[in-house]
Amino acid sequence: MSIQVRDLTHIYSEGLPYESVALKDVSFSIEDGEFVGVIGHTGSGKSTMIQHLNGLLKPRSGSITIGDVDITKGNVLMRDIRRRIGLVFQYPEYQLFEETVHRDVAFGPTNLGLTKEEVDQRVIEAINLVGLDYDEIGERSPFELSGGQKRRVAIAGVIAMKPEVLILDEPTAGLDPKAHKDVLEMIKKIHETQKNITILVSHNMNDIAKLVDKVLVMEKGRIAMEGTPRQVFSQAQKLKKMGLALPQASDMMNKLRNRGFDIKEGILTNDEAFVELVRILKPDIKG
Amino acid sequence: MIRDITLGQYYPGDSWVHKLDPRTKIIGTFVYLIALFLVKDFWGFLIAVTGILMVVAISRVPLSFILKGLKPVFIIILFTFFINMFMTKGEVLIGWKFLVITKEGLYNAFFMGIRLVLLIIGSSILTLATKPIKLTDGIESLLGPLKKIGVPAHELAMMMTIALRFIPTLLEETDKIMKAQMARGADFESGNIFKRAKSLIPLLIPLFISAFRIAQDLAMAMEARCYSGGENRTRMTAMTYEKRDILATLGLIAFVATILLERILI
Repeated sequence: MSIQVRDLTHIYSEGLPYESVALKDVSFSIEDGEFVGVIGHTGSGKSTMIQHLNGLLKPRSGSITIGDVDITKGNVLMRDIRRRIGLVFQYPEYQLFEETVHRDVAFGPTNLGLTKEEVDQRVIEAINLVGLDYDEIGERSPFELSGGQKRRVAIAGVIAMKPEVLILDEPTAGLDPKAHKDVLEMIKKIHETQKNITILVSHNMNDIAKLVDKVLVMEKGRIAMEGTPRQVFSQAQKLKKMGLALPQASDMMNKLRNRGFDIKEGILTNDEAFVELVRILKPDIKG
Repeated sequence: MIRDITLGQYYPGDSWVHKLDPRTKIIGTFVYLIALFLVKDFWGFLIAVTGILMVVAISRVPLSFILKGLKPVFIIILFTFFINMFMTKGEVLIGWKFLVITKEGLYNAFFMGIRLVLLIIGSSILTLATKPIKLTDGIESLLGPLKKIGVPAHELAMMMTIALRFIPTLLEETDKIMKAQMARGADFESGNIFKRAKSLIPLLIPLFISAFRIAQDLAMAMEARCYSGGENRTRMTAMTYEKRDILATLGLIAFVATILLERILI
């Protein structure tokens, strides 16, 4: 399964004085099993773009082909699209509504029309996959959990539908550092076990550098850059102009290089930076 | 879909109507609405329609935009129309079993229909051409004299400001939650009325929780900035009567005079 987006254009409040072009001729493609990061300044069209991918918004023009189905055509069943494409919104914990965690996570799979046994099995699987203990929280109210736990339950509610494409819109916004790390590791684990396409929208360049295979950079409703994290983050000036930063490790290594240290280019993560620093500072240690 | 409701929605612009003092506009709207009830035949409505069309033209709010705002109340208008058409006794035009259309019924149906449409257009032009915040400022100022007899004018205005301020926020919130539940396979559009009502639970519960959270945050933010009611409170932009307000008032008087003359003479 792959995703092909061609010339996608979307205009909000078309025909009104406050109309705004949210997307303009956006084209990109995602291969099966890829982990894609989407970055861009606030208002660059990231959220609008991902809402098109599961048919919540209809484009003004352009096409989105998922697998072999063009979902912008009128004859596709939205239910089928949403079964295949899971979308986790920003602050997903605000969508929780059921009396127990179990029933909330079961909402999605039940809507798919699965049998009760199958739903129960998926719920248990999903809750365990997001790193929570089903026996402990399954029958508790989702509203009495901590912020990080709520968010995981909400993500479990989407994962339980076993989507072939999982899209997450800033899944770590507003979490404390530990919950942030846990949620990211959880996303990585889900990607590895489900072998699905994962699309991560984030403002955190460190996370993007660490996790994704490919980065889409959006600016003013267009795709401004596209490539591997190494390719994208090597163009610091261009990113800076768009109001975006580099991962902390890249930034620091660049600054050290400018001060005359012999540091190689293209460092993205803290681990890589550590190895490089050791090489510089303790040349006698090998590996 | 939810955003399509224009009743009570501001249409940005800087026309003459937009710039009028909110108090002039509020009083003007009230007078216009009352005048609509003084009208007793279609000639009167012709004057009323001409009047409102002139205001709409000056305000530069597209007429199509205003008419779109009629959509949500369309059922009510239709209902009034048919009730009047079938329930008025008089000279029978067409009759079929218990459904009888009389001459008076037809007259009443159109009369009431036009009055209702004008009432809605008249009041929506006020909210379309006035920022909600200015509107409540105007109301507070107009209610000011009643403070002496214990009417909490400031509190009422503040409550209205907050309510108006949160309409878009709650709409946005509804939209967001709706989309999130739709992404989980929720279906808000099909099934019979009971099924549909039930399908709203996943929308309403998170919405209520959000509303309470937002209200609490707002109360906290207001307290943190030492809000303590209307006593000695001044405004960033004070309201002043200008030349155009006098002109508008004169226009209004001329309009009411025409309506009254029509009523007496024809």
